[in-house]
Amino acid sequence: MNGANRSCYQHQFKVEQVTVKATGRPKMSKLNSSSSELDLDRPNIEDYLPYGSIQEPHGKLCLRDLLDISPTLTEAAGAIVDDSFTRCFKSIPPEPWNWNVYLFPLWCLGVGVRYLILFPLRVLVLTLGWIVFLSAYFPVHVLLKGHDRLRKKLERGLVELICSFFVASWTGVVKYHGPRPSMRPKQVFVANHTSMIDFIILEQMTAFAVIMQKHPGWVGLLQSTILESVGCIWFNRSESKDREVVAKKLRDHVQGADNNPLLIFPEGTCVNNHYTVMFKKGAFELGCTVCPIAIKYNKIFVDAFWNSRKQSFTMHLLQLMTSWAVVCDVWYLEPQTLKPGETPIEFAERVRDIISVRAGLKKVPWDGYLKYSRPSPKHRERKQQSFAESVLRRLEEK
Amino acid sequence: MGNSSSLLTQYDIEEVQEHSHHLFSQQEIVSLYKRFCQLDRNSKGYISADEFLSVPEFAMNPLSQRLLKMADGLNFKDFVAFLSAFSVKATMPQKVQFIFQVYDSDNNGKVTFNDILEVLRDLTGSFMSDEQREEVLSKVLQEAGYTRDSTLLLDDFIKILGKLGLKMEVEVPVD
Repeated sequence: MNGANRSCYQHQFKVEQVTVKATGRPKMSKLNSSSSELDLDRPNIEDYLPYGSIQEPHGKLCLRDLLDISPTLTEAAGAIVDDSFTRCFKSIPPEPWNWNVYLFPLWCLGVGVRYLILFPLRVLVLTLGWIVFLSAYFPVHVLLKGHDRLRKKLERGLVELICSFFVASWTGVVKYHGPRPSMRPKQVFVANHTSMIDFIILEQMTAFAVIMQKHPGWVGLLQSTILESVGCIWFNRSESKDREVVAKKLRDHVQGADNNPLLIFPEGTCVNNHYTVMFKKGAFELGCTVCPIAIKYNKIFVDAFWNSRKQSFTMHLLQLMTSWAVVCDVWYLEPQTLKPGETPIEFAERVRDIISVRAGLKKVPWDGYLKYSRPSPKHRERKQQSFAESVLRRLEEK
Repeated sequence: MGNSSSLLTQYDIEEVQEHSHHLFSQQEIVSLYKRFCQLDRNSKGYISADEFLSVPEFAMNPLSQRLLKMADGLNFKDFVAFLSAFSVKATMPQKVQFIFQVYDSDNNGKVTFNDILEVLRDLTGSFMSDEQREEVLSKVLQEAGYTRDSTLLLDDFIKILGKLGLKMEVEVPVD
């Protein structure tokens, strides 16, 4: 090897020693940047992900620099072995406790009681509840057509009633903390999302108008009939144009003084109650007060996470109805408003922080919708751009 | 190793360990198996390209397509062998060999100017033109004592990359 190469390598070595502890890539400009490359829809993932392995190299370019793809490969292999996104949607089962000869018969007895005594009782309670609800709802809905205020009030009360029946049917032990939400105009409620039962648990206290994904089957039927009366808004995840339509519906709803308070789950998908994924900014740019609600389930009897990829909602409900109880805590937290100079995305992150801290959840920098689609090519392009620029720059250096 | 059961026997673990040159401990192999089952959603016995791409961090990686060609359709034993180059215990020649295999897409043991250009294209995308890439590559090859027509073998790679040690490690989370 000739002398020129040796000095190049030596320089390389010195530089590597210095930069190995660097936190990595050049920090992209702040969120308020008007750069057209930044996806203004979501915050910079790079600010969250560990990029310690990609150094900011200097010095003359060598063959080694071009051939050494180990940092990129390490990232890819690291993602294959473990990644923070998949962790959010994993149901973490509790430790089995029925593993010895004393506890096993006890557990068997428990199974018997749960399936043969509790379950039929609960089905009975639920059926009763539906009968009461339907026999009161339809008369009210039809007969009081002219008297809107009274009709809405009664319908609200009835929806709260049927939700209480639902909660009773899985023996829901819910502890509510904090002041009850008051009916004021220009406010929205946001909560973290674990299962569709989040909505039922919150609805039994206050009749919210919720924004939900339209589901097929009997759930969809319920959505179009009864929930319509509380003022619910539907969206369709798979339609991209849907977003503007929904945003407009949200704005209209919040303006109306008579409408029920709006409940939004900004994560957009069910997460396993150990993590929170990115909040979508839609709820935070309506110009209203945002009241955060934190929900944390206790897994002592059953894991309330609805893994929609593994279970249908019916199976999920059956699982809840054959367990001892569903235990959870609901915290109504202090209402927040947009601070001067804060963007909606920063506002969303701040509220996510408040909710995550209260419920003891870890934050991850992923968009929940990545469950259904691939990441945008912009992320890969950012990496490519950074590498290309570094190569070109070092080419100029002598 | 049944693809329907989620239990590994001691024999299975030892077989996998041997196949991957004892670069992973038994606990790490059990963790990797849990991960394999998690990614292989319908228990087919291998992970499809689509399932790899459902990991957003992997899909965002510029070299994901190349790695997919190498990792698509592998059963668990080969999956562990594939990842063994990233073990802490892997030697530098083993790591360099993995890198060599990424470049040598036609598996003929030789890496040509065009092979390197292809990888460079993946890494830089549309932010460098083909001419710029050729120019840069020719220049550094010349300075290292090669020409455009040289073919690099594994030993050349070891010589170039191994000089200052290679950091290419992934930690397998063990509960």
